[in-house]
Amino acid sequence: MTAWLKQTEGKSASLSSYMTDEGRPWVLPVVKKVEKLIVHDDRLNHEYLPILGLPEFRSSASKIALGDDSPAIKEERVGAVQCLGGTGALKIGAEFLRRFYNGNNNTKTPVYVSAPTWENHNAVFANAGFEDVRPYKYWDAEKRGLDLNGFLGDLESCPAHSIFVLHACAHNPTGTDPTQEQWKKIAEVMMRRKLFVFFDSAYQGFASGSLEKDAWAVRYFVSMGFEMFCAQSFSKNFGLYNERVGNLTIVARDGDNLKRILSQMEKIVRTTWSNPPSQGARVVAITLNTPELFSEWKDNVKTMADRVLLMRAQLKAKLQALGTPGTWDHITQQIGMFSFTGLNSQQVEYMVKEKHIYLMASGRINMCGLTTKNIDYVAESIHEAVTKVQ
Amino acid sequence: MCRIWFRMSQPSDSTGAKGGEQSAEGGSHVSVFLNTHTAALNPETKLFSAFTADTHTSKVYLAGRECLNEEGQTFVLPLVGKLKKQISADPTLCPEYPSSLGLAEFTKRATEFALGKNSLALMENRVFGIQTIGCTGAVRLGAELLKHWYNTRAAWCGPVYLSSPCDDSLASIFEAAGIQDIHYYFYWDAKQRDVCVEKLLADLEQAPEQSVVVLSASAHCPTGADLSEQHWALIIQLMMRRRLFPFILLPVQGLCCGDLQRDAWPVQHCASQGMELLCAQSFSHCFGLYGDGVGNLLCVLKQSSLLSAVQSQADRLVRALWARPSVGGARVVATVLSNPAYLTKWQEEVKHIVERCMLIRERLRERLRLLGSPGCWDHLIKQRGLYCCTGLNGQQVEFLSKRRHVYLLPNGCLNVSAINSSNLDYIAESIHLALTSAL
Repeated sequence: MTAWLKQTEGKSASLSSYMTDEGRPWVLPVVKKVEKLIVHDDRLNHEYLPILGLPEFRSSASKIALGDDSPAIKEERVGAVQCLGGTGALKIGAEFLRRFYNGNNNTKTPVYVSAPTWENHNAVFANAGFEDVRPYKYWDAEKRGLDLNGFLGDLESCPAHSIFVLHACAHNPTGTDPTQEQWKKIAEVMMRRKLFVFFDSAYQGFASGSLEKDAWAVRYFVSMGFEMFCAQSFSKNFGLYNERVGNLTIVARDGDNLKRILSQMEKIVRTTWSNPPSQGARVVAITLNTPELFSEWKDNVKTMADRVLLMRAQLKAKLQALGTPGTWDHITQQIGMFSFTGLNSQQVEYMVKEKHIYLMASGRINMCGLTTKNIDYVAESIHEAVTKVQ
Repeated sequence: MCRIWFRMSQPSDSTGAKGGEQSAEGGSHVSVFLNTHTAALNPETKLFSAFTADTHTSKVYLAGRECLNEEGQTFVLPLVGKLKKQISADPTLCPEYPSSLGLAEFTKRATEFALGKNSLALMENRVFGIQTIGCTGAVRLGAELLKHWYNTRAAWCGPVYLSSPCDDSLASIFEAAGIQDIHYYFYWDAKQRDVCVEKLLADLEQAPEQSVVVLSASAHCPTGADLSEQHWALIIQLMMRRRLFPFILLPVQGLCCGDLQRDAWPVQHCASQGMELLCAQSFSHCFGLYGDGVGNLLCVLKQSSLLSAVQSQADRLVRALWARPSVGGARVVATVLSNPAYLTKWQEEVKHIVERCMLIRERLRERLRLLGSPGCWDHLIKQRGLYCCTGLNGQQVEFLSKRRHVYLLPNGCLNVSAINSSNLDYIAESIHLALTSAL
């Protein structure tokens, strides 16, 4: 038996996407429905989309992140740019910040990304011209949890006006998020030290099954009065991996600032891809703006989140039943697609070579690769790895 | 200004002491973006806003980028509509992340499409394609690749030579990639109302070695005036002698002359001469896929041994730009290009567009002749593709927009497909008036 618990290029099933219990990618039923509507709609406009993207997509996507009743939206100081997936949103945000934040073209402004973080964060900011991309303490390997003191320490000691890339929920790759109390502490320091908040939100709804819950941190920071960016991806929660649907939500001080910011963002987009692709944005916009479809989508999202939660619970239970040494609470405490098992590199090698279970050298597994068919095998293999290999 | 204010009222950073302007709940009430100035309005946007605000009943916008049909709507190819429906109903298609280099079937076909199946370069395996977000994405990626083409350590920042005139956005795309040294080579001769290849060659003769020259294979934007095969032979000779790098734009293969081979001939010819080149292809116009952003960056290298290195560079660059492209439109194009029956059908539908554009040019020239408009209007039918450079000067263009509510690009160029039976007479009359009214 083999189990793929990590992303693989070139394999027919790439595993940074969600998989069903049959080990296959899942086209959300609501998405199938909406795609059919779109393809049979003869009145659809076939022109280039505006450079900033489909208006109804941008506004509904921002609403999803900030909440329908967001005071910032009511105060008309929230805007957005439709982008090519979450990466595109980070890219446009980064390019803007390099040009206009902390002076003009200040490439020396430090950009902090969590240690560890999604590997592409570094490349996106570096390529946008930032010369100083550094890690902030995040994962405590000993405790297998958040290194809050280290994190807060970095926030206190970093140069003023530093940019921090925060994971809105379901931290990639550790699956470990700050609690609400911890977020409050983080926000307090960031406000006081005038640090720039750049959220990366790729898993809203997918992490806990609740859109509101997964957006708590973003909304809290908005309520604290931060001017901030939030890069949203709809790849995972809509299963639209191949349509590249992203949104850069901008929370500005006021409408005036927002206008100026958007005018510069438009200029940046014009030299990167000019007009974004319409298909995915249309699917999301129609879904979010149609009550029955929105309901159906929330159910679909919960289905995905619930399966992952079930796999987490079962994996932990099986490891405990096997009497696998160590504590395995972190498997259910962590949230989202990924889990940092705590296996060391030799144990990982054992898993790969002897058991044909493929996971990242860091010990990170993609929970979506677990199914009712392979979970026993995986649990037993982890047990073996931990007991045989030190 | 506001940053200094922050520092003045901010005590040392490391303690918990609060700055004077901060409240208990929120923070400072001054935006960190106060110094972000409003971007100057893009000329295209400005023009379109003026048009939108114009209340005149006969107003006509001739400066758009899409290919329009007789009813003034964006041209939708029936085959494309049908294929989109088919693809959406296909149960075997998976919603997975595509590779960063794009849909393999698409890049393979798009590359063959431009170079021709029998291209030596293809057979020698020194060619590859990367799916990009439209033509802009292709140019941007190409520019980023060029930065380290000659020297992996030092970043090359130009010079790049663009035609005068050219698509407005080109210069800023190169600048955004960090290539600031932009020059223009002579292209459109306003007096002759044609390309002046002697002046073009003279300009390129001055270009330093390793300069990148952006050339249009066919359907030059915005003039519609293309280089002949003889012109190309001279240009290629010069470029090989002076070691200049060709970056060829192929925006509407098939839509220019209705002949796939002819529209792409310059790319094929450069490749057959053994040149290294980049080619930015767009499928937006010729497939009516504007909303899908389907582009391909074609790379022809000197040796196959360089292929994987350049590909891995491209992969790295794409990951920091958009990570992966969207597949919808690329699937449609790949389906058409890989199926002979669809390819034939598509060519028929495209020919229809080409013939319509040619007819409009003919009719416009004829109307102007009948109205007794001064000057020679043969250039209208000599030019090909969607665009046309009328030769009208700035004052005449302004007259057209202000007095006749007919909107051309400031350089006197227009999108031929926006002219139809309903507005042809009015437009011809307007041009006539612009030429003959005392200003």
